[in-house]
Amino acid sequence: MPIQYYIILAAALFCIGVVGVLIRRNAIIVFMCIELMLNSVNLMLVAFSKMHYALGNATNKGEPINIGTDAQLFVFFIMVVAAAEVSVGLAIIVMMYRNVHSTDVNFLNRLKN
Amino acid sequence: MIATEILFWFLSALALFSALMVLVSKNPVHSVLWLIVVFFAISGHYILLNAQFLAIVNLIVYAGAIMVLFLFVIMLMNLNNETEPQRNSMIKLAGVVAGCLLLTVMVSAVRSAGEINNSTATMSEGNIGLIENLGKVLFTEYVVPFEISSVLFLSAMVGAVVIGKKE
Repeated sequence: MPIQYYIILAAALFCIGVVGVLIRRNAIIVFMCIELMLNSVNLMLVAFSKMHYALGNATNKGEPINIGTDAQLFVFFIMVVAAAEVSVGLAIIVMMYRNVHSTDVNFLNRLKN
Repeated sequence: MIATEILFWFLSALALFSALMVLVSKNPVHSVLWLIVVFFAISGHYILLNAQFLAIVNLIVYAGAIMVLFLFVIMLMNLNNETEPQRNSMIKLAGVVAGCLLLTVMVSAVRSAGEINNSTATMSEGNIGLIENLGKVLFTEYVVPFEISSVLFLSAMVGAVVIGKKE
């Protein structure tokens, strides 16, 4: 498929995530939208790695070479970091719920005054 | 129209529809379930791109582990529709408009980019996504970040326990 389709699909998913962060007040939903944005970027990285592979094999006509594995390993590391982030973030949300008995992000503006 | 194109459009429509349903669902449990559908669709895209290792890791890590964690936390808090806080409609409208403008900027930037005009992402060919090639590169060039990520996991585990325990 043309790379533009993948870019536009990933951009649409990313923008849906951005809209979710902006319009929802439940901290868990906001966190899930952040996961959605991470996944859209992962999808774009994989599509670009396959595009890079096709371009590299078009320029050298010999045996197929393994370029483009770097991007897929970056996606792997993004997943690793996302898993660590989710465990800490959910612990913070649970602590917040225990203190204020709500997951409304607007309760967190009490540091302002 | 060949089968991979039909699958591409089907998975894209499924991902976008489910992502929208994550936003509009009032019940947080339904949002989690729709997000799992999004992750399955993205895994389908990875399989179409012949990135089989990432497809399986995406299913195991995201749809398996992270979403179960979300479900447990939501059920622990006993959230439901009545306690769901709502922003006022002006802020909602402003958020939707801002997101649409961001999408417009991105799409117009992609359409005016000349370098990628004839580029295609190869589907169902090339074996760079197989676990053999990825494993070789991971354990030769990227072995230091791999080991550092284990330390990151350990610190995240300790941090989650310290934050989450009752004082």
